[in-house]
Amino acid sequence: MLFQQIARNKRKTVGIMTVFAVILALAGAGLGYLFGNRPWLGLGIALVLSVIYMLLVLPNPANLVMSLNHAQEISEQDNPTLWHVVEDMAMVGRVPMPRVFIIADQSPNAFATGRDPDHAAIAVTQGLLDLMNREELEGVLGHEISHIRNYDILVSTVAAVLVGVISYLSGLASHFIWWADDDNDSDSDSTFVVVFKVVAIIFVLILGPICASLAQMALSRNREYLADASAVELTRNPQGLISALEKISGTGPMKKADASSAGLYIEDPLRKKNGLSHLFDSHPPTADRIKRLEKM
Amino acid sequence: MNLTWIIIIVIVVLLVALYITIYNSLQKAKVYTDESWSQIDVQLKRRNDLIPNLVETTKGYAKHEKETLENVVQLRNQLTHIPSGDRAETMKVSNQLSDSLKTIFALSENYPDLKANQNFSELQEELTNTENKISYARQLYNSSAALYDQKLLTFPSNIIAKIHGFMKVDYLQTSEAEKEVPKVKF
Repeated sequence: MLFQQIARNKRKTVGIMTVFAVILALAGAGLGYLFGNRPWLGLGIALVLSVIYMLLVLPNPANLVMSLNHAQEISEQDNPTLWHVVEDMAMVGRVPMPRVFIIADQSPNAFATGRDPDHAAIAVTQGLLDLMNREELEGVLGHEISHIRNYDILVSTVAAVLVGVISYLSGLASHFIWWADDDNDSDSDSTFVVVFKVVAIIFVLILGPICASLAQMALSRNREYLADASAVELTRNPQGLISALEKISGTGPMKKADASSAGLYIEDPLRKKNGLSHLFDSHPPTADRIKRLEKM
Repeated sequence: MNLTWIIIIVIVVLLVALYITIYNSLQKAKVYTDESWSQIDVQLKRRNDLIPNLVETTKGYAKHEKETLENVVQLRNQLTHIPSGDRAETMKVSNQLSDSLKTIFALSENYPDLKANQNFSELQEELTNTENKISYARQLYNSSAALYDQKLLTFPSNIIAKIHGFMKVDYLQTSEAEKEVPKVKF
């Protein structure tokens, strides 16, 4: 079961990176076409840049994700209780001790990130530390250690980092629309500007949903149920995680959560209320998770 | 004729590969069991190192608790003299020691000065950590032992285990006395 999950997660990572490369290649070709009618050149530049980017980020994505979420790394002396609970969970989970980070935010939450168990990191918010007792902390950290063990961190971290890049590009494109609007006084430019605007609008309109589905692909909600179940396997105590989830579900959103890493957290840090449907939720409903845990 | 030979060779190769895989998985399960026992051992040693400090710190504040402290020291010394192979005896004494330590932490409630002592509260977190580690390591040991014993009992790994003389390992049991609610005396 665990090994199948690990293999599936590695396949998913390859899939996500392929989709990312295709999107960037198309964008590059489009831009190359607009600036001098050379789609192949644009495509080449886009691919080279994305390879460089991946080589820079993928060896240690934890650092990037942690800095996006304003997390501070701690040592054993800074918070012995937290450190010791992580140590306990890592020991029963048979994974190396991950790096430990604290986010100065009063909303209780936690996530794990990294490339593999040897390069893993766990972050918890100050709010979580203030609100949880040792038993509940064990439940939450058991859940995060299970993500590390399952290689969930690989898929979700790669997805978070790439979705971050795409939304940055998408944002850039929306600036271009605005910039092109200001600039359409000369007649010779007008066809160029119109084409540019159309492409930019398509960019913004299409990339948004693609981001969402990329995230969706990575963050299959089943994974959260599996991590909950594995956490109980580690702690032998469903009650800790149940009461932790109950406490977390009654709280407000985080102040400065990075939107592209929202899927990493144990509970949606933005607390989005999606009125239309739950299709695009990154997390299963907490009530369902609690119900499943109670049956264990 | 040629085809028969090829089939025979393929079957032999497959059987050898299977044999090696099963043998390795048995060894691996055994190593996991030993390794998780050594985790317990490491934590027991760590706790033994912390106890003299705890006793020294507590002595100054809780002069009337001589008996409790002596009991802890005595159990600690007893633990260091058990031969390393005797897992059952080690666990028995270490469980008694756990209970005595709980008594010390409970009695600190009666001595506000002791409770407020920085050194004491650090020691308390360290020892709580060690106690937790011991119980998690026990759990890890038991699940590793279960996996290993299961291989000794199921086909076909039981045959290979018998050939190479793999021995069953015992779970760490909780004795009936320990299942009772710990009594805290003042």
